[in-house]
Amino acid sequence: MKKLFVTVALFLCVNAWAAPMETFEFESEAQEKTFRKLSDELRCLVCQNQSIADSNAGLAEDLRAEIYGMLQAGKNEEEIKEFMVDRYGDYVLYEPPFEPMTWLLWFGPMLIFIIGIFYARRFIAQQNASDVSDELSSEDIERIKSLQSELNFPDQNKNSENNDMKGDGK
Amino acid sequence: MTEIKQNSKSMTQRFMPLIIFGLLVVLLGVGLTLNPRLVPSPLIGKPAPAFELPYLDQEGMFNSEDLKGKITLLNVWASWCYACRQEHEVVKQLAKSGMNIIGFNYKDKKQDALRWLAQLGNPYQVVVADENGRAAIDWGVYGAPETFLIDKQGIIRHKVIGPVSDQQNFDELMAVVKEISGQ
Repeated sequence: MKKLFVTVALFLCVNAWAAPMETFEFESEAQEKTFRKLSDELRCLVCQNQSIADSNAGLAEDLRAEIYGMLQAGKNEEEIKEFMVDRYGDYVLYEPPFEPMTWLLWFGPMLIFIIGIFYARRFIAQQNASDVSDELSSEDIERIKSLQSELNFPDQNKNSENNDMKGDGK
Repeated sequence: MTEIKQNSKSMTQRFMPLIIFGLLVVLLGVGLTLNPRLVPSPLIGKPAPAFELPYLDQEGMFNSEDLKGKITLLNVWASWCYACRQEHEVVKQLAKSGMNIIGFNYKDKKQDALRWLAQLGNPYQVVVADENGRAAIDWGVYGAPETFLIDKQGIIRHKVIGPVSDQQNFDELMAVVKEISGQ
C-alpha cells in the first residue's frame, strides 16, 4: 500500500514537471482558452519540436508571459500571432500560412494523391485491356495449328488451353 | 515486334521504383544538410526595433535612437553561452578594426556578465543589459550568440545566428558590411 502510494505520488510529480505552466490568472474562460490555443499553436524556437506550451526553455517561458500580457491588454488572437510572426517569421507558426510560397506544401499531398489515382486507374485499365486481348491473331492461330499437328494434338480452339500449350511448346 | 515493345515498356516500369527512390534520396539528402536552427529573420530590411535598456557597467539608460548615424553591430551574448566565448576573440578583432559594436547582454545575471567581460575583455562601445529578455523578443532573438548588422539609417541589414567566428558566418557578414559601407 505504501509502495503504491509512493508510485502514484512519483507519477503525479513527473506529470507536474512535464507541463511547464506558470499559474496565470485569467479574467475569463474565453481568455484562458485563447491563451492555451496560442501557446499550443506557436513553436518554441529553441526546442523546435515543442510548442510554447510544452517547452521548459527560457524563451518559451518569456513568450508565454508575453502572450499573457498581451491578452490582459485586450489584444486578440490574430494580433498576437501577427506580433510573433513580425519578430520570428512564419516559422513560429506550426500551421504555415497560405500563400504562393507555401502552395506546394498545402497542395502537394493532394497532388500526389491525384497522380496516384491517375496511375492506379491507368494500371487497372491496362490490366483489363490485356485481358481482352486474349483473342489471338489469325497468325497465332496458324502457328498453333501447325504446332498442334506437329505434336499430334487434337485440334482445340479453347484459348486457355491454347495458351498453355503455347507455353509448353517453347 | 510487339514483344520487344512490351519488354522495353516493362523495363521503364521496372526501373520506376528505383528512379522514384533516387529522387527521394536526393530530396531527403538536401533536407538533411539544411540547418533547421537557422530561422531566417523577418526583420532584415526593417528598422531596428526601438528599446531603452540600462547599461550593464554604468548608471543610466541606452536608447536605441543612438544607433543611428553609423554602421553598428549589435552582438547578443550571455555569460552562460558557450559559443559566445568561442566567438569573443573575433568580436574583439572586429572592434579593433574600428567596427562600432554594442553588446546586448541577454538574460544574464549582472555579476556573471561583468565577471565574464573582466575575464575575456570588453570590446563593446556600450553594453546594455536585457535581464528579463523582453527587449530581445522585439528583436526576434531566440538564442545566443546572435549578431545584427545595422546601417547608418538604423535599418537591420543582416543577422548572424550563431558565432561570428564561424568562417561562413564571418564572410557573409563582411560581404554585407562591405556592401553598405560604400553607400
